[in-house]
This record gives sequence, structure tokens and C-alpha cells, in this order.
Amino acid sequence: MSDHSAHGHAAEHEHPTWKQYKWVALWLTLITIVEVWVYYTPFRESSLFAPALLVMSAVKFTIVVLFYMHLKYDHWIFRRLFTGSLFIATATLFALMFLFRKLTLG
Amino acid sequence: MATAALEHDANAGHGEHQHYTSTGLEHRKIAIWALIGSECMLFASLISTYLIYKGRSRVGPWPHDWGCKTSNVIGKTAEAVQAAGCAAADVMKPILDIPVTSQSTFVLLMSSLAMVLALEGVENAGKPGYDKWYKGSKFWLAMTAIMGATFLGYQSYEFTSFVHEGLTIRTNLFGSSFFTLTGFHGTHVAVGVLWLMTMLFIDMKRGLKGATDVLLVDICALYWHFVDVVWIAIFTLIYLIQ
Amino acid sequence: MATTAAPAPAYAGSHAAGGEQTGLWSWLATVDHKRIGTLYLWTALFFFCVGGIEAFIMRLQLMQPNGQVVSAEVFNQLFTMHGTTMIFLVVMPLSAAFFNFLIPLQIGARDVAFPRLNAFSYWVYLFGGLFMTLPILFNSAPNGGWFGYAPLTTMQFSGGLNIDFWVLGLQILGVSSLAAAFNFITTIINMRAPGMSLMRMPIFTWMSFVVQFLLVLAFPAITIALFFLQFDRFFGTQFYEIAAGADPLLWQHLFWVFGHPEVYILILPAFGLASEILPTFSKKPLFGYNVMVYSGIMIGFLGFGVWAHHMFAVGMGATADTIFSMATMLIGIPTGVKIFNWVATMWGGNLKFTVPMKFAVALVALFTIGGISGVMHSSPPTDLQQTDTYFIVAHFHYVLFGGSIMGIMGGIYFYYPKMVGRYMSETLGNWHFWLFFIGMNMTFFPMHFSGMLGMPRRIYTYDAGQGWDTFNLWSSIGVFIQGLGLVIFVYNFLKSRKSGAVAPNDAWGAGTLEWSIPSPPPEYNFAQLPVVTSRYPLWDLKHPEMTADLTHSAPDQMVITDSHAVPVHEETERKTAHELGIPMPFPTIKPLFAALFMVLMVGALVLVHAISMQVAVAVMITCAALFIGTIYGWLTSPLE
Repeated sequence: MSDHSAHGHAAEHEHPTWKQYKWVALWLTLITIVEVWVYYTPFRESSLFAPALLVMSAVKFTIVVLFYMHLKYDHWIFRRLFTGSLFIATATLFALMFLFRKLTLG
Repeated sequence: MATAALEHDANAGHGEHQHYTSTGLEHRKIAIWALIGSECMLFASLISTYLIYKGRSRVGPWPHDWGCKTSNVIGKTAEAVQAAGCAAADVMKPILDIPVTSQSTFVLLMSSLAMVLALEGVENAGKPGYDKWYKGSKFWLAMTAIMGATFLGYQSYEFTSFVHEGLTIRTNLFGSSFFTLTGFHGTHVAVGVLWLMTMLFIDMKRGLKGATDVLLVDICALYWHFVDVVWIAIFTLIYLIQ
Repeated sequence: MATTAAPAPAYAGSHAAGGEQTGLWSWLATVDHKRIGTLYLWTALFFFCVGGIEAFIMRLQLMQPNGQVVSAEVFNQLFTMHGTTMIFLVVMPLSAAFFNFLIPLQIGARDVAFPRLNAFSYWVYLFGGLFMTLPILFNSAPNGGWFGYAPLTTMQFSGGLNIDFWVLGLQILGVSSLAAAFNFITTIINMRAPGMSLMRMPIFTWMSFVVQFLLVLAFPAITIALFFLQFDRFFGTQFYEIAAGADPLLWQHLFWVFGHPEVYILILPAFGLASEILPTFSKKPLFGYNVMVYSGIMIGFLGFGVWAHHMFAVGMGATADTIFSMATMLIGIPTGVKIFNWVATMWGGNLKFTVPMKFAVALVALFTIGGISGVMHSSPPTDLQQTDTYFIVAHFHYVLFGGSIMGIMGGIYFYYPKMVGRYMSETLGNWHFWLFFIGMNMTFFPMHFSGMLGMPRRIYTYDAGQGWDTFNLWSSIGVFIQGLGLVIFVYNFLKSRKSGAVAPNDAWGAGTLEWSIPSPPPEYNFAQLPVVTSRYPLWDLKHPEMTADLTHSAPDQMVITDSHAVPVHEETERKTAHELGIPMPFPTIKPLFAALFMVLMVGALVLVHAISMQVAVAVMITCAALFIGTIYGWLTSPLE
């Protein structure tokens, strides 16, 4: 850890490490296996199937962005640029789903 | 004033003129994050369209269900379709092939690991321990590009077999929106592979090293990971959820 | 002697006195943001005349019942191209002219973050604009309305090349806007002078900053909608094929997801210009700076949540109508706040009604009228009565002509001395202003009435005796008056370059950084980067009593990382960049060629319908290879 960050970046921020990279890869693999596995179980017919999958993919999405794209360790401007855009994109997607009656309130 | 300037330059340890920035960040990194923000909206529009048109096709083949070439019968199994009066020769398989796509998804996820290791290699180029081939940037850049190309191989296999099963971009709304969405993603992967190969070429030619090269690989990596997270969303929303 | 007389360096010959290069090549290969801004300005003014002529012909046709000037088909092309031209080829690029020219000057930078990308944006705009405009000479210009509603624009209902030019032209222009937006976001975040925190940026820069985010997030939606249409037209996909189960509202939604933020893309830069002009001629700092900034951000943010108010007539259901109606009313609040702040800025000020000031005040008044009729349509029942009538035409012309064009015209008169070094004639400017102001109201105010009396938009002729005749006559006469104003403006604009009164650095006694450097500015803008300690650094220097109430930071308390920066001062000397040791980007022709090949690559798709798929693919592949080759050449050549 220390000998990685000691080489004098312009900004002395923390940096994800080898170990973290491998853990992230492991988690990504495990979650993907679970996702595909539940697809072949009776759980697929459950009403919780879609929400469960959405949560799992959101977790994968988040850890890639935080660690591989090192947004967790980077300047706040990058975080703002990404989360702001992602928020508007997701909100538009949800609004369109409501407008085309793919989602209903309650 | 002049002496202060000299001291400043001497302390910073660089001879050439450095452009002033207000944040200390690199221009190109700000631009790539703005680009990624824009791409979020691009893929949100594509995914929205796919979801809006889901279940609205008038004819098969269907993504998750069995169908019939001669009628609009839909069923969970081949037997159910046949029981509803479809001749065995006219039965259409569900299009999406989860086992194959799971493999390509895994390959793309692992390419992101290779990408961070490539960046790690450039950041530490010339340091003790990083001279081994399996820790250097050349190996991992090559691995990332190969895995990206493998993903593209899977995708062209997938597209070809769909066409053989009777689904083209003109067949129905599912075909149009599916091929356009995954095709857009595939094009992004292809651009990424080209970019990675350019980086690899530079690395072979003169070796990637130092702050400027870290930036070069960093923005390439950010783009690559973004293409990966888009696939994470597509895999769940399009392939797994019915 | 011989030893001391060193040979003149190679660059000296090609540099005129102020370090400026001249000649055609210097413009084709320029990467200087000021020159690119000038190119944008000239090109957009050219298209303004084109769009104006289109409007003129339409009004000739509609002047009397049963007009016979043009056919219905030509009329379709005219209103489509008038809308498309004025939005994408005039107001957006005029704003871009100011982004280019002003943003680096206002934030105390020497150029934009990516000078060559900036040149690329301009050339893509020029070629894309010509691609879309030239077909009108061959009677095959786009004819489906500026919004191009699919399925009307699919092959089934719009065969022929007309819509092909529109779809591909808009794709091309999107590339230009997006490239410029990434550039300016980076420039504003990263190139502000020492001490210029975000809350010290001039309001024009702030509004431009918001606009860049609108561009970045709005354009992808129309890009995708256009790709679907393109695929439908060229490759036989079914996105807008109703028989295949497609939804006719898909295009409308995707289009307006882009289209409404686009409205703010068109108006916010003009708001920014007015916010520079009003304080200068009121001799007072802008009233409520912080609230102005926050309301600008708020307008941008809410702008993404109101798109479906363009679609109340399609029957989205009570819930959707209610939500979008309320969001639309909500967005009136930050806009109204701006109006009051401008009025409060003038209140008690030492007002001086120059031509730019007149245009800025006219913006406040005329935009208010358009804004209020906008709030009227936010109510779905009212909107149902007004949709697709001339009332809507009146509304958005008050907003876009009364708002955007008036603000931009004010901006041109205001910044002309900075761009050219000479003032525009005030006498001619006054004629221009009053002809525009009177003509504009005479054209668009009667449209409220013809609209309320039921006259639909986009009809090419009408019968007498429906109560519309007088109003249409008034509208047409108004357009002739505006046309006269435009001629006077163009004459003034051209003539003043040589004969206008010479302008000093600080042409109007304004307070922001761009007025501290020579007019026109040298290529490097600032010989030394200024250290900014408040929002009106130049007033701090010349009229400290005017900025006494603003927060200042003492220079010795600031962390200045650039050792070359000095306190704000007026620069009078003109040395070359080389003499000062400032590295400037090399001129390069590569962005022009990259733009040309990209436009040819995209545009060649027209050949699918014009000649054959094989020819189109061959041309596209060739141009794609040339484009990628140019990009590699560009990226591997050093910037400076």
C-alpha cells in the first residue's frame, strides 16, 4: 500500500491496491454466478426475481465504478460529473417506463 | 518575481513551461468523464427503447419464449407450443442463449481486471518487481485487448446464430431494438479494442512510463470500464429479466 | 556588427505587428479560440440571412388569403428549413461564437482546453450546415418540420431524399455541439485564472457552463432517435413501423427529451449576455449574483423534467399530464427570479441607454411576454386549445426572437469593439434596434390573435373570411420591417470594421477580465495571468466604490500555484507570444480535414437512396479510413 502511493502523484490520494482489485474481480465473478444460477432455479418465477437481479447488477455496477474506475479515491469533480449524469439518465429511463406503462405506481 | 519563478520551477523539477490549471487535474481526464456522462444518456435512451418495445413484437422469434412460425402461439416450452397446435417443424426456439452470453459476460468482466493491472503496470514501470512479464503493462494491455476481442467474437457468433434462427434486425421490434442496442455496445467495445491496441503499440515501441503515459492509459481504462458497466446493466435487463 | 545582428527568426516574417497572421490559410488552419469564434459568428450570420429569407418568402405567401407565391411542397421545405436553420445553424452557433470568443477571456485563460478539437467543432458545423441547406436549391430540402415526427418521416410517408438530408445533417451537427461541449466543460472547470472561484465567474460563463451540461445530456437522446429513424429509412428496421407494433409516441418522447433542454440551450447564453450588459450600463454589480447562478442551474436541471408538456395533446393520461404541468409551472419560478434580478440591477442605477443596453432591456421585456404565454400552455386544458395554432408560434418567437436573438444582438454590439477593435455605429444601431423591436412585435403579437381564432401552424394558405386576414397582413408587414433592420445591421457590421471609432481596452467601462486586455486581444490573450480577488476585478481597479459591498480576498491570503500570475491590471503593450515566451498551439489543417471526412462519411449514406447501397458503402468506408487516418495523424502531432 504505502510503497504504491509513495511515488508522488500530483495529488496524493489513496489508491486501490492489487489486493482490492482481486477482491473486486472475485465479487464480480461470484455475483455473476449467482445471477445466472438463480435464472435456472424456480426463484425465476418469483415476483422478487427481477428486483433481486437489479440489486445484484447495481452492486456490480457500483463496485466497478468505485474501484476499477477509482471514483472512490478520485477528485470530487469526477464524482459529480458521473453521478449527476447518471442520475438524469436513470430518472429519464424511469420516467419513460412510467409514460409507456411499463411501471405503475402501486 | 523572477527569482520566485526560478525557484518555483527548480522545486517542481521540470524545465518546460507547465500550463496553469485551476484544479490541478488533467484536461483530458475531465473531458473523458464528461464524455462518459453523455454516454450514460445514450445508453439510457437505447435501453429505454428496448424495454418499451419488449413484448410488443407482432411476430416471433421471441427473446425468452418458444414460438411458432405459422401462428402467434407463445409458450414456456416446446411442448406447450406444440400442444397449442403448432407443427413440430414450425416451432421457434427462444432466441437468447444464457449460457453463451454468461461466458462472454465473464470474459468482459475479467478484461476490466486486466485493464486495472495494465494501468498498475504503467504507474509502476521501471520499479523493482515490475520488470517481470506478468506484472508489466504490455502483458496486461494485450490481455485486455484479447479479452475484448473474445467478447466481440462471442457477439458475432451470437448474432450469426440468431440470424440462422430467423431473427434479423428487420424481423420484428425485438430484432430491431436488440441488435441496435447490443450493436451499439459492440461498436463501443470495438473502438476500445482499437484504442487498447494503439496503447499496446506505443508500449512496444517506446515503453509507457511516467505521468503523461499514466494519463493516456488511465483515460483509456476509464472508457473501457464504462463499456463494461454498460454490459453489466444490459446483461441483467435484457438477458436475465423476462 | 555582423555578430550582433542575429537573423530574424522564421516566425517573424509571417507575423504582422500584433503577432497576428493573415491570409486564407491562417483562417483554415487556425486553432485560436478568438478566430474560431469569429468564424462561428460570420457563418451563423450568413445562415441568419438564409433563415430570414425563408421567413420572408413564407410571409409573402401568407400575406393575403389564397396566396400563390409558392407551392405547398415548397412551403413545407421553407418552414422546415426556417426552424431547423434558426435553431441549429443560427442561435446555437451564435451562442457558440460567444462561448468561443468570451469564455477564455472571461476566465483569464490563454485558450480553450482543446484548441484543435475546437477547430474541428467549427468545421463540422460549417460542413453540416451546408449539407442541410444546399438541397433547398434543388427543391429537395427537408420537409417534415423541424421536429421531424416519425412515423411521418419514415420512408412510407416521406420517400425521397428530403428527410435523408435532415436526419444525417442533424447527426453531423450533434457531433459538433458535443465536441464543443466537452471542450468548454473542461475549459471552465480547469482553466480559470488564479482566484477565480466558481462563484466569481462572470454570469455569461456560468450560463454557458450550464448550457454545456444540457448539450452533453440532451443530445444523446436525439442522436438515438435519429439513429432509429436512419436505420428505419436505410436498413429496414421497424422502430417507427406502426404495423409491426411500434409506438408512434417513441419518437416524440425521445425528441422532446432532447427538445426541451434545447430550449434552454438556446436562451441561457442570451440571458448570460444580458447579465453582462445590464450591470455595465447601470454602473452597478448584478443584483443577486448567487440567486442568478442557482436559478440558472435550477432551470437547467428542471429542464430535463418537463419535456412531455410538448405532448399534452397526445393523451398521456391524467397522472402524466398533472406531473408535467406542475413541473412546467415550477420552472417559471427560477426564470421569473432572473427577470426580477435584472430589473433590480437597473433599479437606482446610473443608466446609459446605448444600443447594447436597449437590446438587453428589450430582452427582459419581450422574454417576459413569451414566458407568460409559456406559463399559459403549462395548463393542459389551455394547451389543448392552443396546440398547433399560431398562438404557439407567437409564444416561441417571443422567447427565441425576443429573448435569444435580442440578447445575442445586444451581445454583438457590446463585444464588437473587443472583437474588432472598433465600435459599431450607434446611429445605425439605433435604426436597427427600433426596426427590429417594432417589426418583431408587429409580426408576432398579431399571431396570438390569429392563433386564438384557430389558424393552424404550417398551413401554406387559407381562405378569406375567417377573421385571420388582417392579422396576417400585419405579421407580413412586420417581417418586412425586420428585414430592413437586418439589412441595416449587416451594413453596419461590415462597414464598422474599417470606419468605426477606435475602441480602447475597456470599451464600455465594464468590470470583467476581458476588458483589461487590448482590443482586439493578442493571440495569447493575457501576457500575465491575472489574480482575481472579486467578481468585478476591473471595477476594483478603477471604481473601487462600486464593488465595496462585494466579498474580496486579499492577494496575500490566496494560494497561488502559478508563479507568473500578477494582480489584475490593464495590459497595453502588444508583444508577440514568442517575445513573451508563451507557447501557443501550432496552426493545423488536420481538424478541417477530419471534419470534412467525417461529414462525407455520414453524408454518403444519402447515396443509398440516390445511387445504390454498394456505392454508398464504398464511399463511406473510404471516408471512414481517411477520417481515422487523419485522427491518428492529429493525435500523434504535438500541440505546441
